[in-house]
Amino acid sequence: MKLLEVKNLQTYFTISQGTVKAVDGVSFDLDYGETLGLVGESGCGKTTSALSIAQLLPKEGKIVGGEIFLEGQDLAKLTDEEMQRFRWNDVSVAFQGAMNALNPVMRIGDQIAEAMILHQKLSRQDALKRASELLELMEIPGERIRQYPHEFSGGMKQRVMIAMALACNPKIIIGDEPTTALDVMVQAQILNIIEKLQKEFRMGFILITHDLSILSETCDKIAVMYAGKIVEKASARDLFKDTAHPYTKKLIGCFPNIEGEKIVPAGIPGVPPNMLNLPSGCPFAERCDYSQEICRIKMPESLEIRPSHFVACHRWEDLINER
Amino acid sequence: MSSLKNEMRKRKANAFLSSIVHNKMALTGTIILGFIILVAIFGPIFVPFSSTDLGNVEDMLLPPSARHWLGTDDMGRDVLANLMSGARISLLIGTMATLISMIIGTLVGIASGYFGKAVDNVLMRLTDFFLVIPWLPLMMVLAAILGTSIWNIILVIGITSWAGTARVVRSQTLSVKERQFVERTVSLGAGSWHIMVRHILPNVFPLIFANTVLIAATAILSETTLSFLGLGDPSRASWGMMLHYAFESGAASSNAYWYYLPPGICVVLVVLSFALMGYAFDEIMNPKFKER
Repeated sequence: MKLLEVKNLQTYFTISQGTVKAVDGVSFDLDYGETLGLVGESGCGKTTSALSIAQLLPKEGKIVGGEIFLEGQDLAKLTDEEMQRFRWNDVSVAFQGAMNALNPVMRIGDQIAEAMILHQKLSRQDALKRASELLELMEIPGERIRQYPHEFSGGMKQRVMIAMALACNPKIIIGDEPTTALDVMVQAQILNIIEKLQKEFRMGFILITHDLSILSETCDKIAVMYAGKIVEKASARDLFKDTAHPYTKKLIGCFPNIEGEKIVPAGIPGVPPNMLNLPSGCPFAERCDYSQEICRIKMPESLEIRPSHFVACHRWEDLINER
Repeated sequence: MSSLKNEMRKRKANAFLSSIVHNKMALTGTIILGFIILVAIFGPIFVPFSSTDLGNVEDMLLPPSARHWLGTDDMGRDVLANLMSGARISLLIGTMATLISMIIGTLVGIASGYFGKAVDNVLMRLTDFFLVIPWLPLMMVLAAILGTSIWNIILVIGITSWAGTARVVRSQTLSVKERQFVERTVSLGAGSWHIMVRHILPNVFPLIFANTVLIAATAILSETTLSFLGLGDPSRASWGMMLHYAFESGAASSNAYWYYLPPGICVVLVVLSFALMGYAFDEIMNPKFKER
């Protein structure tokens, strides 16, 4: 049995101007000890997909269709109270922006201990003891649980967020841009710690980011999202080597290659489509170099072009044959 | 490591103390208030008279002398002794009423800001009621109904002066509850009580603290007003009661300045010291005013 299987997930936001299909028919799976990268532009639905798994959506958002199997149990059908048992114990989230996710007037240890006291009914003393062990695991001296957030550096705060996510020994951790706004050295350090922990505890890790360079290093699988849909999904190696979707190709083109020629990163012209009013055809057609008549009329289906490599594009063959 | 931490802590405490010492307003306020508190506690030991000693007829309304430093009142009691026992009562009423006011204000403010919607509406309309109602007549009516005991005075002042605090605490709560760490705690499944006590209260506390000092000044002034109007506890004379008796006995027209001036000056000094401290705390704790 897979650790996590998401099938045809649909999460919609109902706002005064209409319905936003933030996540529309997304499927992916994750095995023990595996890392899945979700990548895409801002507002493409990557965070919403991940938060749907833990059902931590804002009140306007709702899962309207699809299934989320965690070790065979469908989380999408659970009520909020039933979900409470799985949240943190099985699925936890390391939040975006550690600087704001910590209470400035509460000791670090108490903040890490909070989850354990609330979810595992540990005594404060036991929880604090575990909190200091978790800090040690994050390569921060354990006695620093007695300090306040302002005494920690940005990278340390981010590691505290991961320690919090680890508190109840979850099976899956969702990292929502865990290294954004940190310098590359600290990024590497944090990603190494995560990798080490994953091997040790056989946890599944979902990494949300817009930084492809991080993904190529850490992820086993990568799903590229655009306008609420997964446009390409493959192993990290296949995705970079045999790119089959024009959007993925453009994304990769945005990052300079250290070994290649000196070029100006290309960028992607245009802006993502209005999520309230999606075109009937492929949402990327407007910005795509490859778009044809059919792209504007018919939404492309997701095809498995080779084992475990899915693409939703009418013209994937042209891209593959190009090289 | 730990010695370093202690060193840091010591330095921080020193920085706070030195910022009080270097702030002239804070220093003045603290010295005045400290002096009055010390006199209220230890003063009676050094004065050979008690505020309950009634003198003989020839002791009535004596001007200040070597025997009676501040003279005597119309019943032959030593004014200095009265002043000292009055200080105890005034300060006690001031602190207790402030405490009640702060507790009500904080509870209402946090609950209102945190729960929002209907709770907010009901609590804020109640707050508006207490804000706009003329508080002096309200206090007089309440004091008259409840009867004139020291605890009733405390209660009356406490329940009429919390509205401003509730407003300030509510607005700060509104901003704190939108912060991400509150969202994170909600996602942990923490209850409202846990979030309000562990996360919001510590974040609004500096505001409550700064407010306390200013409310204390108002509370002492209110007590003086009520007592002066004859609604104080006659068995335990505060400064306001002394002014009341001085007025009743016609001290002003008989030129017995030693009778009505000391309690009046004391009230002014205490209120002034609280106000000075309040402004100074605001300056020290509000980073906007900090000189770098």
